[in-house]
Amino acid sequence: MTAANQGYRPGLVDMAAGQISREIFVNEEIYEEELERLFARVWLFVGHESQIPKQGDYFVSGMGEESVILCRDRAGKVHVFLNSCRHRGMKVCRYDEGNTPVFTCPYHGWSYGTDGKLVGVPYFREAYHEKLDKAQWGLVEVPQLCLYKGTVWASWDPSAPPFLEYLGDFVRYLDLTLDGWDGSEGGTEILGGIQKWRIPCNWKFPAENFCGDSYHNISHRSVDLVGIGPSGSGRRDMQERQMARRLHVALYERGHQTGVYVLPKDLPTPPSYQHSSVVAEYFAHCEEERRRRRGEWARLIGSPGEIFPNTALHPRQPRTIAAWHPRGPHQTEVWRWYLVDAAAPAEVKDFLRDYYIRYSGPGGMTEQDDMENWNYAHAASRGTIARRYPYSYEQGLGFETENYEFQGLRLPGTVMDITETKSSEHNLRNLYRRWAEFMDAGSWGELATWRIARAAE
Amino acid sequence: MSRDEDLTRLLLKQEIDEFLYHEADLLDDRRYEEWLALVADDVRYWMPMRRNVKFGEEEHEFTRAGQDINWFDEGKETLTRRVKQILTGIHWAEEPVSRISHMVSNIRLVEVNPSVEAPAEVTVKCRFLIYRNRVETETDFLVGKREDLLRRVDGQWNIARRKIVLDQNVLLTKNLTFFF
Repeated sequence: MTAANQGYRPGLVDMAAGQISREIFVNEEIYEEELERLFARVWLFVGHESQIPKQGDYFVSGMGEESVILCRDRAGKVHVFLNSCRHRGMKVCRYDEGNTPVFTCPYHGWSYGTDGKLVGVPYFREAYHEKLDKAQWGLVEVPQLCLYKGTVWASWDPSAPPFLEYLGDFVRYLDLTLDGWDGSEGGTEILGGIQKWRIPCNWKFPAENFCGDSYHNISHRSVDLVGIGPSGSGRRDMQERQMARRLHVALYERGHQTGVYVLPKDLPTPPSYQHSSVVAEYFAHCEEERRRRRGEWARLIGSPGEIFPNTALHPRQPRTIAAWHPRGPHQTEVWRWYLVDAAAPAEVKDFLRDYYIRYSGPGGMTEQDDMENWNYAHAASRGTIARRYPYSYEQGLGFETENYEFQGLRLPGTVMDITETKSSEHNLRNLYRRWAEFMDAGSWGELATWRIARAAE
Repeated sequence: MSRDEDLTRLLLKQEIDEFLYHEADLLDDRRYEEWLALVADDVRYWMPMRRNVKFGEEEHEFTRAGQDINWFDEGKETLTRRVKQILTGIHWAEEPVSRISHMVSNIRLVEVNPSVEAPAEVTVKCRFLIYRNRVETETDFLVGKREDLLRRVDGQWNIARRKIVLDQNVLLTKNLTFFF
């Protein structure tokens, strides 16, 4: 038997050597197992409450390969349902968003309330003799749902730990994306228009890139030369690099990871958004507020990160959340939400929107080059010979720090300080470490290792 | 309309056709700087995203210029940067460069101001089919509608506004490294 027709097995992810088999990216059996063992058990990002402000509002989203409906029922409660009629499977909603009292299946006419209950069955009296138990045939609803600072998360696994426990200490890093720049709790909102597009590569290529691939500078050299940044040059404001500690932070037990910058004590955050005086003033003002509200923690500045397994965070410039939806082993569908401070003046929102569009997504001058790289990295890894050779994830292996502290600020997670070393693959290894645990583990009982440790104490 | 008026309009239509075909040639021949010279300094280049919406809710089908996230919503400054990026020779998404053909058809003048005899601004609608092939077998077909506002400055037509309506919901192309 060749590797090509074997599924997942231990050894493909070798954390001791820092090597990972190409099979986990291109093997179709592994992909099928991934849908079951990963996507059916983790927490996934579904959308934002601001997309469904009113009763009856809905937004059709995705979880893994499947279509789901995020909606607010008549009582104002938020639900996530599988977008598939219980009778014969037809999508009960083929609109992207809107407002409705019921979802009516266009095939045989079963209809469901916005609370998921089956409310209409044609010929219920005549053909079913009123014997169909409607209470048993409501839309399939996610067993677990969590609303956090406007964001909506769901899991198909009733035994998964609650979302905040799943996040663990990572919540501090997620907040860098969801709080207002002035430090106000959950002070962000979603801009209208969710970008959706396809990339011919395995979903883990973009996922690992957003974990903190600090090594792909050459990818973006052209945009750096041209300069699209919010201060008129480069692609982002990156002055932190001159004065702050640059860190990769990974939560081993959870599989979440992010890049961050930590400023020295009593040093101001470097100026940003200098291309527009109004916007520069707004952020300078927010920065003061943030320092007042957050104290020492205001020294923490966000950089790309990833909530395991497929929710990418871009907390600062541009501010986005992306979901990497698998569409077979060889294709990814990206959905990207863009965030701004809800309280920001219109001129600031306009400036940010223009910047976001020219930076991110398929039209974005930065990400266009990423997609080319992921496309052909994947394509060139599919061959029988190619897949015999693992990828190297060895950067910085063995140089991790526990209990990292910088001038009084102690960060949760296992840290790699890359201020001097420039780059590491610490965060990427963490993604695959957790990925392998999910592929190995039979239940959440084995995956929630922090509970086992606590019980032993 | 008199025969003279018909003829004047026909000649203008011919002139606009020629302009759009010439523009397509510049893009397909990768003469990007010459193409930029045809773009007005105050251009708005807008490509909305399109939602699936219920019959009767068409006003919500398109993302809004200047308010929502769009595929493109920019002026000449950003368009110029896009050209510069391609011309760096290290814009990997266009290196090696794509083979592109712009097909422009169904051209109609929908508004001419102030008059057909002395046209200063013309609103013109058309269909486009953009074929992109790159590297070995990678192929994209992008089909849709365009609405352009063309402005005559010193006897030369300029693109003052371009609205691009692509007939797709989920974008089936990994990136948009070319011009519409």
